[in-house]
Amino acid sequence: MTQAPFGRRLLTVTGMEELGAYRVLRVADPDGPEPEPGQFAMLAAAEGWGGGEQQRPLLPRALSIARRSDGESHFLLEDVGPGTRRLCELRAGERLWVLGPLGRGFHAPPQGRRAILVGGGVGIAPLAILQDVLQAPAIVLLGFRDRARAQGAALLDGARVATDDGSSGHHGLVTDLLAAGLQRDPEAVVYACGPAGMLEGVRALCAAGATPAQLALEAGMACGFGACFGCVVPRRGGGYLRVCVDGPVIDAADLERVDEHAGAPE
Amino acid sequence: MSVDFCGLRLAHPVINGSGTFDAIAARTVFGDALLSDFPFAAYVSKTITLEPRQGNPPPRLWEASAGLINSIGLPNKGLEGYLREDLPQLVEIAAGAGEHGQPVPLITNVMGSSAEELSQLVEACEQRGEIAAIELNVSCPNVKTGLDIGADPRQLEAVVRAVRDRTGKPLIVKLTPNTADVALCAQAAQEGGADAVSLINTLRATALAPRGQPAPHGASARRPPWLGGGTGGLSGPAVRVVALAQVAAVAARVRIPVVGMGGVRSACDARELLDVGATLVAVGTESFRDPAAGARIASGLQAAAGA
Repeated sequence: MTQAPFGRRLLTVTGMEELGAYRVLRVADPDGPEPEPGQFAMLAAAEGWGGGEQQRPLLPRALSIARRSDGESHFLLEDVGPGTRRLCELRAGERLWVLGPLGRGFHAPPQGRRAILVGGGVGIAPLAILQDVLQAPAIVLLGFRDRARAQGAALLDGARVATDDGSSGHHGLVTDLLAAGLQRDPEAVVYACGPAGMLEGVRALCAAGATPAQLALEAGMACGFGACFGCVVPRRGGGYLRVCVDGPVIDAADLERVDEHAGAPE
Repeated sequence: MSVDFCGLRLAHPVINGSGTFDAIAARTVFGDALLSDFPFAAYVSKTITLEPRQGNPPPRLWEASAGLINSIGLPNKGLEGYLREDLPQLVEIAAGAGEHGQPVPLITNVMGSSAEELSQLVEACEQRGEIAAIELNVSCPNVKTGLDIGADPRQLEAVVRAVRDRTGKPLIVKLTPNTADVALCAQAAQEGGADAVSLINTLRATALAPRGQPAPHGASARRPPWLGGGTGGLSGPAVRVVALAQVAAVAARVRIPVVGMGGVRSACDARELLDVGATLVAVGTESFRDPAAGARIASGLQAAAGA
């Protein structure tokens, strides 16, 4: 786990590019520590954070670090609420507060075992930085709602795509592709990030075949560093895990199932 | 800028609100940088109960207009677990965070649903020299009456009186704002023997599940509550002016020191609480936005005092 500098840091936006229905936010962070794939950061625009409709957003938003290159950190954004909307409006030269890198990331696959990366929607983000560091080529399976979102697949190399509406790639769920992939390669290990429903599908498939799976969970958080206890998910065998400090990457075996409704809604 | 608080010497007047900063988790996330820039002049633990608690089922958070509703449910390892596992780690952090060889004083916050439970907790804290002071969380329903202990002045005075003799350490009573007359409650705490009062705790609040989203807790109600605990407590900028009024009313009524808190984001906000009579100011929700907020507010106060 890479430790974060103590306190949020004021960084400068270097770019904002459209990627289908998504945007890629680039932030200059030449002095920031190298994150592990799967780690995240808490982001808040320096200006106009809190004065929006209903006086939101107040809290920073947790975003996976999608890529690290040339002293920049990249984040994949989708406008789904007041926080992500404000982040999507940022332009080069504007500033934002960044706390991170935070949380526990992915573990490398055991020697000789192929990695299958399974992503859904904006949750493909941490799989990009994971693909960047993996030694051996991985199988990449990504699911999206529609064609506009499926353009996000360009963030990774060599992705096979599924869409809910069939407008791009396989017409159906990304877990259909995973089931076929696991049949061909039963010794694979799975890395997944996406909506709760997809992660639950991945978890169930992997559990059925005793395939090791690491799931990067999403949860609305107040703090990101273990202070608020707001982002919990039930742990198998009782009690709760804090997605921010026990995750966001959690071994699928530690979960009974992946629930909707972790944390606060955007 | 150093402050005397119930005989404790604090480097500055900014501390954390109970349950808003997990120093043990923060040490893991930020490493030793947490110690060299420790944001608080005293550290208040999260609420400790006799038995371990897992906390409320999720969802536990809701972002409201300029505020945060939480329904965490006081997860903790229980008294034994706290003393055995957490306290030694907090002692190490407090030692590393202190200045001039003086550790940051540790305040342990405890909650019980009767005078007997609270007495047991206070007695156990009394035995531990590492604990500098004890804060009573009285925002808890009495097991017998169902009323919040801290919301009823007579009940509050009786409970404080019952635990007062169990410790020689400073005893702080954390007052609930969910009462008719908080100043009367503060006075009752003082009469019962409290050395200080702290306020405000969160304001009781709720949020409904967003329209069109599946309800987290069954679909029987027309618009079910979003939070797993049903209701929660509101904090953040939205409560600041309520806190200011309550702290002013309490400080005008009691002779004992007051710890003021509620929606403090800046040194200006902190200054207002001090100006109406608070001795210390606690930071809570703002630490969620920036873990170093306490240090920023303390140095802002210092700069203003020196100007």
